Amino acid sequence: MQSKSARALYLIPYGAWILLFVVAPIALVGYYSLFDLHGSFTFGNYRNFFSSIYLRLTLSSFWYAFLITLFSLLIAYPTAYYLTKTKHKQLWLLLIIIPSWINLLLKTYAFIGIFGQYGPINALFAAIGIGNKQILFTDFSFIFVSVYIFIPFMILPIFNAIDRLNPALIDASRDLGANSWTTFRRVILPLTMNGVKSGIQVTFIPALSLFMITRLIAGNKVITLGTAIEQQFLVTQNWGMGSTIAVFLILFMFIIMLFTEQREKGGTGNGRNR
Amino acid sequence: MAGTGKGQKLFLGLVFLILYAPIFFLIFYSFNSGGTMTSFESFTWEHYAAVFEDTRLIMIVFNTVIVALLSSLLATTIGVLGALAIVYMKNRKLRSTLLSLNNVLIVSPDVIIGASFLILFTALGVKLGFTSVLVSHVAFSVPIVVLMVLPKLLEMSNSLIDAARDLGASGKDVLTRVIIPYIKPGIFAGFFLALTYSLDDFAVTFFVTGNGFSTLSVEIYSMARAGITLTINALSGLLFIVTVGLVLGYYALNRRSKTLFTGVKR
Amino acid sequence: MKDLIRAALAVLIVSALLMWANAELGKSAGKAGADTITVYNWGEYLDPDLLKEFTKETGIRVVYETFDSNEAMMTKIQQGGTSYDIAIPSEYMIEKMKENDLLIPLDHSKIPNLKHIDPYFLDLPFDPGNEFSIPYFWGTVGIAFNPELLDGDYDFSSWEDLWDPALRQKVILVDSAREVIGMGLNSLGYSLNSTDEKELDEASEKLATLAPNVKAIIGDEIVEMMQRKEAAIALTWSGQAADMMSVNEELDYAVPEEGSNLWFDNMVIPKTAANVDGAHKFINFMLDPEVAAQNADWVGYSTPNKDALDLMDPELVDDERYYPDEEIRDHLEVYRNLGPEMLGDYNERFLKFKMEMN
Repeated sequence: MQSKSARALYLIPYGAWILLFVVAPIALVGYYSLFDLHGSFTFGNYRNFFSSIYLRLTLSSFWYAFLITLFSLLIAYPTAYYLTKTKHKQLWLLLIIIPSWINLLLKTYAFIGIFGQYGPINALFAAIGIGNKQILFTDFSFIFVSVYIFIPFMILPIFNAIDRLNPALIDASRDLGANSWTTFRRVILPLTMNGVKSGIQVTFIPALSLFMITRLIAGNKVITLGTAIEQQFLVTQNWGMGSTIAVFLILFMFIIMLFTEQREKGGTGNGRNR
Repeated sequence: MAGTGKGQKLFLGLVFLILYAPIFFLIFYSFNSGGTMTSFESFTWEHYAAVFEDTRLIMIVFNTVIVALLSSLLATTIGVLGALAIVYMKNRKLRSTLLSLNNVLIVSPDVIIGASFLILFTALGVKLGFTSVLVSHVAFSVPIVVLMVLPKLLEMSNSLIDAARDLGASGKDVLTRVIIPYIKPGIFAGFFLALTYSLDDFAVTFFVTGNGFSTLSVEIYSMARAGITLTINALSGLLFIVTVGLVLGYYALNRRSKTLFTGVKR
Repeated sequence: MKDLIRAALAVLIVSALLMWANAELGKSAGKAGADTITVYNWGEYLDPDLLKEFTKETGIRVVYETFDSNEAMMTKIQQGGTSYDIAIPSEYMIEKMKENDLLIPLDHSKIPNLKHIDPYFLDLPFDPGNEFSIPYFWGTVGIAFNPELLDGDYDFSSWEDLWDPALRQKVILVDSAREVIGMGLNSLGYSLNSTDEKELDEASEKLATLAPNVKAIIGDEIVEMMQRKEAAIALTWSGQAADMMSVNEELDYAVPEEGSNLWFDNMVIPKTAANVDGAHKFINFMLDPEVAAQNADWVGYSTPNKDALDLMDPELVDDERYYPDEEIRDHLEVYRNLGPEMLGDYNERFLKFKMEMN
């Protein structure tokens, strides 16, 4: 083991980082949330948050985040499972990740084209006789694109969890006469729950604060907490209110992290937050 | 559930198709002489030529890469030290506090990170520009490096270190000859992820940039508002091909270690 | 360990090489240099050729940066981490920036070309005597529409037309609180600067009934949506309408008779300016009739420079849609700075409006 002084040395840059970029911003956001437009101390922002409009905003934000997380999970779990069965699974996994490296805004613009009145989807609809449909600026397009964004980050931790499974356990379950469904429900799912929790963490919270695509894909018909924060900071210039919403978002984050806490170390956060 | 059935292959195929659809859509129209992403007129290379003629755009791409490389390097250094600090920490409570603080930025939404960094830089009187962007990118990349390195450190058995000790290795030797080589895959995975975080970031940079400094995603945002040009499509096509090339190379290099991204594998 | 150090060195070397390449590229692109000004403007709001001409004429190099909203611009200037020499805010923002002491008074003796500006656009209430600002472009808020995509004959001479049940899911609104709430107020015959809670409540209720017709509330993407025929009707600015029409000729633009917004974007010198002298030179340069005419041609918005009008396409200058005569202009209202509380109120109403859309 290392000497005490060396250990302290490791802690200095990392500790400085935590203080400066985690603790300080949280403290500052909390501090700003206590001031009104004229810079005088107030709890008014918090009172305002519990007024109908922001509460409704929070609820609708949670509802959409829930839907996005649910659909991401429904698609990501089988994808991750089937991926572990492929021959070059690491390569396939990389190929799942690559699209997330292309600029999100560009992909969003591509989706505007794809979903547009004259885009390929509508052309297909017309060809098979469904006729022209409004796809852009609907709940469907919003959830679709959001799920698209989050899928890779949901797949990654689940893939790792499944990949770590001991195949002997599945064989044992089989030998004991369990069918595929029972094996899945009783053996595979519980053992991969940590991966699922990580996936939910990196999907649900960022989904609460999606912005940009709320405007570009949902035409501002869906408003998230993130959009509201952005508006307060950059449009209304009411940093107090913006910080207050941020305080609640941070609170939600801690609560969700508490719920999805991992029993055993190691499985966390193979995903990303965007 | 043995083997991959037809249904499974179909399902995977569909997932891949959807994941790549917008990218191929972008690349497809980068060859359009029509100038828009709506109707394909005829094939042309002109948009690719335009990329290389646009000095400003090239400078911005370079800026983006510089910020990504430097911030990832710094973040990896800080992150590795942080992971070592966490592992050596005896106090369980302190350790788990540190770990949850570490995770705050991983799960924080970009808007909050950007806004709070802007407040922070304002409070500290930092000039906005290259430095503020670089520092922010370092800041949000550190936790992912810690998360990539930590499991590797944890799985390393103490007997390995003890053996080194018994053979007369000094503290420094243990670190550079035993520990670092062992956690190397985790370090690379962390660097790699930090790189992608930085390249992809839009919201944080948008908040903290200034004085003529711009990265690709911020530039695309301001351009896109005035109508996206196919030059950007061509640029993203080029970047996509370069990325795929790099990834395949990386895969070939790391094939044997089998840890790649999943540096957390135990 | 060695290969880690090697990798780190490689990263450093590549970064250094790229920095060097950037510095070289910067030199050839004319970015570096002793005498420089930084211009902070809206996207696509200045002919880039004119920047080169300015450099040729004065030897001053121009760094050009863009913002996407008045508020974002002010936040950045207020933050102080930047040194912009010229900014181009809208009129209500100039009042606000004056209040916050963010502007430097202009030296009119250094701007002889001011004589070319139509007196109608000078000495306006938001900046008496043009102490801080010089008009750059002006325009209106109105309705851009595509007659080909509409069944029936619409001329949008009234805001009321937007509420027509036949226009279900056809209207795109601009993502801006003042414009949308202002439209609600105007449609009821109230002032778009109203601070009367009752009037505002009425306007909000009225706007909520527009929901079935609203397709989306978006930003500058409106231009592309209209060009691509993705939407039939848009609440937008005259200049954007001109932009759309340059691609899609069947489009039309109307300013409803109940009244609307008349706006001015103006050149100012922010407190953070590092080259005040160069900034004055730049303002004077932009006021030159030939320069102003070329710029108006490129940007597509209406210029306040009366001598530039003579140099432009008469067909455009006589087009009442872009250059409405004084009688119509007097009908329109200029935004007043309503103060932060009122602005917050407008924004909260707008947020509520958006939430009622779904």
